[in-house]
Amino acid sequence: MRKYLNVILAYTIMLGLIIFVGIFQSWNVALSIFNMCLISAVMTMGANIQWGYAGLINFGLMGYAALGGLAAVLISVEPVQEAWVAGGFSILMALWLIIAMIFIVRFILKHFQKSKFRTYGIALIIISGIIIIKVTTQSSIEAIENVNPATTGFLGGLGLPIIFSWIVGAFFAAGLAFIVGKVALGLRADYLAIATLLISEIVIAIIKHEDWLTRGVKNVIGLKRPAPYEVELQTKEWFVNLVARFNSSKLDVISSISDKQAALNQLVIEGSSVFVKLCYSGLFLIVVVILLIFTQKALYSPWGRMMRAIRDNEEAANAMGKNVVKQHLLIFILGSAIVGLAGAMLVTQDGLFTPGSYQPMRYTFLIWVMVIVGGSGNNFGAILGGFVVWFLWIEAAPIALFLINIFTSGLDDAHVLKVHLIESIPYFRYLMMGIGLLLIMRYRPKGILPEKIEIK
Amino acid sequence: MDFLNAIILLLNYIFMPALAYGSQLALGAIFVTLIYGILRFANFATGDMMAFGTMFTILFTWYFQSIGISLGVLPTALLAIPFAIVLTIFYMLLVDKFVFKYYRTNKSPPVQLAMVSIGVMFVTQAIVRIIIGPADRRFYDGERFIIKAGEFKEMTGLNEGLAIKSSQVLTIFVTIVLVSTLFWFLNKTKTGKSMRAYSDNEDLALLSGIDPKRVVMITWIIAGILATIGGALYGLDKSFKPFTYFNNMLPIFAAAIVGGIGNPFGAFLGGYVIAFSEIFLTYAYKKFFMYILPASMEPESLVQLLSTDYKFAVSFSILIIVLLYRPNGIFKGKVL
Repeated sequence: MRKYLNVILAYTIMLGLIIFVGIFQSWNVALSIFNMCLISAVMTMGANIQWGYAGLINFGLMGYAALGGLAAVLISVEPVQEAWVAGGFSILMALWLIIAMIFIVRFILKHFQKSKFRTYGIALIIISGIIIIKVTTQSSIEAIENVNPATTGFLGGLGLPIIFSWIVGAFFAAGLAFIVGKVALGLRADYLAIATLLISEIVIAIIKHEDWLTRGVKNVIGLKRPAPYEVELQTKEWFVNLVARFNSSKLDVISSISDKQAALNQLVIEGSSVFVKLCYSGLFLIVVVILLIFTQKALYSPWGRMMRAIRDNEEAANAMGKNVVKQHLLIFILGSAIVGLAGAMLVTQDGLFTPGSYQPMRYTFLIWVMVIVGGSGNNFGAILGGFVVWFLWIEAAPIALFLINIFTSGLDDAHVLKVHLIESIPYFRYLMMGIGLLLIMRYRPKGILPEKIEIK
Repeated sequence: MDFLNAIILLLNYIFMPALAYGSQLALGAIFVTLIYGILRFANFATGDMMAFGTMFTILFTWYFQSIGISLGVLPTALLAIPFAIVLTIFYMLLVDKFVFKYYRTNKSPPVQLAMVSIGVMFVTQAIVRIIIGPADRRFYDGERFIIKAGEFKEMTGLNEGLAIKSSQVLTIFVTIVLVSTLFWFLNKTKTGKSMRAYSDNEDLALLSGIDPKRVVMITWIIAGILATIGGALYGLDKSFKPFTYFNNMLPIFAAAIVGGIGNPFGAFLGGYVIAFSEIFLTYAYKKFFMYILPASMEPESLVQLLSTDYKFAVSFSILIIVLLYRPNGIFKGKVL
């Protein structure tokens, strides 16, 4: 029990803070922070598996998260029949061409000796393949994008429940991670960081500009939800009764019937959005708990020990007969798949997919701050990091406002400096994150909840 | 005549912009490479440090404009740059003293320093945005063009005009002066040689009596000069927006690695490699082919290899190809 005291304490404080927000701001805000904390926690766990377990640095988290989001779109949106008629065939053909190209390249790699000739040959095949695809698909892509461009203009998805996309998103991210891992994992740590960062930018560029697939910067809105809709809830009798029972003490005070009805209506509207958020929280909590169980099991398994051995001394692990390259690739894929899952969860929660919103600041570096602050190598730490950092990220503005008001209390309200500072409140969150990261790295380099490995 | 027109077209739309953009990247890439070679970490705060320098350039420009000082045909910013450099160097030395020094003396692994530089990135970004705001700002004053497209057409009687922006010429000129001074400094002076020795083999350099503190300080001073001038030139040529500067970090990294990280000359050329390939691959050659091909063979499409949206993706793909086939960069840098 005492070993876990700091964990329990840290989590109690964190939950207390969220409840504090619930009481003093509103339960709606508190729950949306909580949900985002859970999603961040999943992303952080993904990054933690790579960095904490294996010491692999992946600055491409954004790309995997975006792929997860793309999966949500491709799974849940109804297929656009006209677009498929207009250009589906040639898109499928292009897909076959790509697959054929991959097989040809694989064949050449397997059956020919490494030589300049082979390298140029492969380059030639890839370039000519790209040109052929571009020429053959151009007209059909335009045709697809011209199908009702204001609302669709893309191929749509499969029309399945969006929950499936969580798994598919994980697979998408895993697929990308496989390619990236094959290409970049041999690089030294800081090069790997830069290479993954740049690859994720390429992924975002493709998602942003291939309108036939993702609608690009036109965004996909109104994705189906796994949770009930507020408007429907408000008309359901059982829900109204539920709200009435929860707030019976408040309602009983009101004597007039019309006032009571108005108050109840207001409560039902508020309650419905809280209820929907609670549904999401439940779903996300299930994911977090399952992942936590698996990652904890993995951490204390022989496999986890091997990963730590590889992390701490690659050469020694190699000498002991562990296949470092293969294990690195495996863990890179696993971690990225979890990030992809989180990306799909995020899009599910928002109900919209906005490729333009994927910024490395928010989806890569912030997640890394979470990992470092929480405690790399410790799953509880990683989750806590997700909670703490997201909470601060959201509540930074009120805190900054409070501090500015204290420090400039001597100044007139219309003073230039004060007005300027209050205008730039949104940027104080960067300052807070930066200083927080620097302080943690300096004085508690292992994070709030440091890695603890017991040998049983 | 058509052939000449085609060449002017390429000069106007590819060569000049790429040369200017490449120079701006080159300065940033040398900054990255110097920090990497001597302080031994990948500095993720590169773009934001450049934004920091540019911000002060703009603030001083505004100040000079408000008290009525100007350089006539040249932009006032040129006058502001030295002051901005001093402040940027001061900021960098401060950051080094309070942040990087601790990890350097503890001999932390480079990854940890890179992580720390992310913290510095957050802080710098916040400072820039709090002081000057996130908006897009133009601060070029003075004569905009050396040759206007219209004048050029009149002069030569060609169909295509060649517009030479003074900011482009300024960029190229300043880059040549700055880079040649830097190479002279690194190769010929005693301090420069000691820096190179320190970069090559730290222990040996320490044994031969090189003062590491001095080397580090001079590195930051050079870095400050490069960051401010590179950033200011980019801002003069295009515009200043903190977010763009942060994003510019990526092609700058690409340039530094393509050229062989730790190798200033490689970084210099890497900047041009990245800039030219970005613009070459995303330019629509339709007009070019209209000039050089007979009318019957004129292309119908834009003859664009990649849409301009993929500008960044081009440089990153080049980087990845280089990393795969020549992990040391085109010009041998440090072994990865």
